[in-house]
Amino acid sequence: MSEKKIRILIAKPGLDGHDRGAKFVARALRDAGMEVIYTGLRQTPESIANAAVQEDVDAVGLSILSGAHNTLLPKVVELLKAKGAGDILVFGGGVIPEDDIPGLKEQGIAAVFTPGTPSDQFIKFIKENIRK
Amino acid sequence: MSISEKHAKWRDGAYKKTIEKFPERKKEFKSSWGDTVEPVYVPGFEDPNYEAKLGFPGEYPFARGVQPTMYRGKFWTMRQYAGFGTAEESNKRYKFLLDQGQTGLSVAFDLPTQIGYDSDHSMSDGEVGKVGVAIDSLRDMETLFDGIPLGKVSTSMTINATASVLLSMYVAVAEKQGFKPDELDGTIQNDILKEYIARGTYRFPPKPSMRIITDIFDFCSKSVPKWNTISISGYHIREAGSNAVQEVAFTLADGLAYVDAAIKTGLPVDSFAPRLSFFFNAHNDLLEEVAKFRAARRLWAKLMKERFNAGPKSQMLRFHTQTAGCTLTAQQPDNNIVRVAIQTLAAVLGGTQSLHTNSRDEALALPTEESVRIALRTQQIVAYESGVADTVDPLAGSYYVEELTDRIEAKAAAYIKRIDELGGMVSAIEKGYPQQEIQDAAYRYQKEIESTERIVVGTNKFQIKEQPPKNLLRVDRSIQVAQIKKIHAIKSERDNDLVKRRLAEVKKAAGGTDNLMPKILDAVKAYATLGEIVGEMVGVYGEHKESVVL
Repeated sequence: MSEKKIRILIAKPGLDGHDRGAKFVARALRDAGMEVIYTGLRQTPESIANAAVQEDVDAVGLSILSGAHNTLLPKVVELLKAKGAGDILVFGGGVIPEDDIPGLKEQGIAAVFTPGTPSDQFIKFIKENIRK
Repeated sequence: MSISEKHAKWRDGAYKKTIEKFPERKKEFKSSWGDTVEPVYVPGFEDPNYEAKLGFPGEYPFARGVQPTMYRGKFWTMRQYAGFGTAEESNKRYKFLLDQGQTGLSVAFDLPTQIGYDSDHSMSDGEVGKVGVAIDSLRDMETLFDGIPLGKVSTSMTINATASVLLSMYVAVAEKQGFKPDELDGTIQNDILKEYIARGTYRFPPKPSMRIITDIFDFCSKSVPKWNTISISGYHIREAGSNAVQEVAFTLADGLAYVDAAIKTGLPVDSFAPRLSFFFNAHNDLLEEVAKFRAARRLWAKLMKERFNAGPKSQMLRFHTQTAGCTLTAQQPDNNIVRVAIQTLAAVLGGTQSLHTNSRDEALALPTEESVRIALRTQQIVAYESGVADTVDPLAGSYYVEELTDRIEAKAAAYIKRIDELGGMVSAIEKGYPQQEIQDAAYRYQKEIESTERIVVGTNKFQIKEQPPKNLLRVDRSIQVAQIKKIHAIKSERDNDLVKRRLAEVKKAAGGTDNLMPKILDAVKAYATLGEIVGEMVGVYGEHKESVVL
């Protein structure tokens, strides 16, 4: 029996245009055998949550470098819960100060990967933590 | 004529004329043992290719620099990009920087301002004041430059999709301070093509965006003649992960697209091309970067001369440089000071006209005042202590640097040819060509880091256990609330009938062929907000949707 492929949505919430990291992560996950959907820039939390549900993904990766993470990341989690999709794993990445990470985790962001994180680290994290 | 005869002719001609008008920094430049340092050094043997390939500073093909004396006359402009939170806070930072010996201003706007949303728009939630200052109306701009005489400083504004509105606000503030538009000196980035390729703060689709840009060229050539109307930017292309050749190629290809568009609207090339400026990245590979700047200068001069029959002022590639943000590491952040010092040398040895040096903590957050001071001091040390500014283009003639210069130029020219075949840069972007090329290079680069084929000190080698960094600069959410209050206040104080009429004029011009700029300026003066003005334009032009390339 072949294993079902892991499906992931990589999204850029907010207005920032820095997508080098998001695109790298998307390609690295694809190379690791996952099915990756990348939203492109300037997505609202609503459009991200809708896409996650429609595409029936196992995880959502949110990339943000503008400093709006404390506002936008928890909103995505909230909206997923409201849609009955609270079991989708949500993780973040980008320029996010260490001090903000505990607060984000409390609000349901499973992990935050800051600059310099090797790809095997987030790949492993996703494999171990998605809904089974 | 031998090279030494040509050298003598240059010294007695162009060089002498320049120093009569603009004396050099010192009466004499000397080595540590007292010998005179010459303005420029040339080969001591006959090289038949010398003049065509390198020539003399200030002369075609400008490989050795755009001015005869370069930094012997005056140093590059030290210009730190800054802005965050409210106009009041940013105003304070500008005054601090001017006090520290900075010689020009560089304004960072927050993302809603760059894209054209007012602070009270739902898309602005969480972004207000974060990566730059929030500007909603002329009132904010008045606060931003309070006590800074705009006729006496040069100001660079990183603004693209909404450049027409922010430039209008700048002109309006200056007028209120008593300065005429023709006294103003500065730059707007205004380079929309690289927003589609690499930076992402576009709003309108490419075609109307190009029309707005040519309107600005035309308006400034008549009313704000000292203004640099565009800063054609390779910086973000490199930050997105391109290599040095792609940075040069795609930037110059963008430049050619702007020149083509302006000529098509009937502007003579020499009426606007001398006001085009460029913006490059200074990355880690010192000698490769020096060669890159020299190659870009030479290739642009040739393209302008050969394609457009442009005059010498239009052939000159003048550029701003910023050290490479993407090379900064979150790990052991003080190491970034050293990286920035090397990148500073690259920019200066490459002949930049102005420079922003990044601060050590920028991989973590916006820089603190202390970090910004070290970054500025880095430039001052290179300028005043290193000696590299005492002779023009000191690395010329190095076998390696000249070979690199030739190769970068040739490879960039090949890319430009390919883009021509695709129908020019606008159509190449629509096809996703430069985006794909950049992404492939970015992916390779990151893979090399992961496999440790490429070493990043402190990140994939020589790591230590570190405490999380302290004292990072934060922008409070209360700024959004304060900014929204200001919008409400302005909307209740202004003459709303006048605003309505002026916005209708903007809409009419956007749909017609009249130059948009005077209409936008009138709307700004009536305190129409940025979001209102851009909203009218969106109504006519629509919005750009990214075609995702992975």
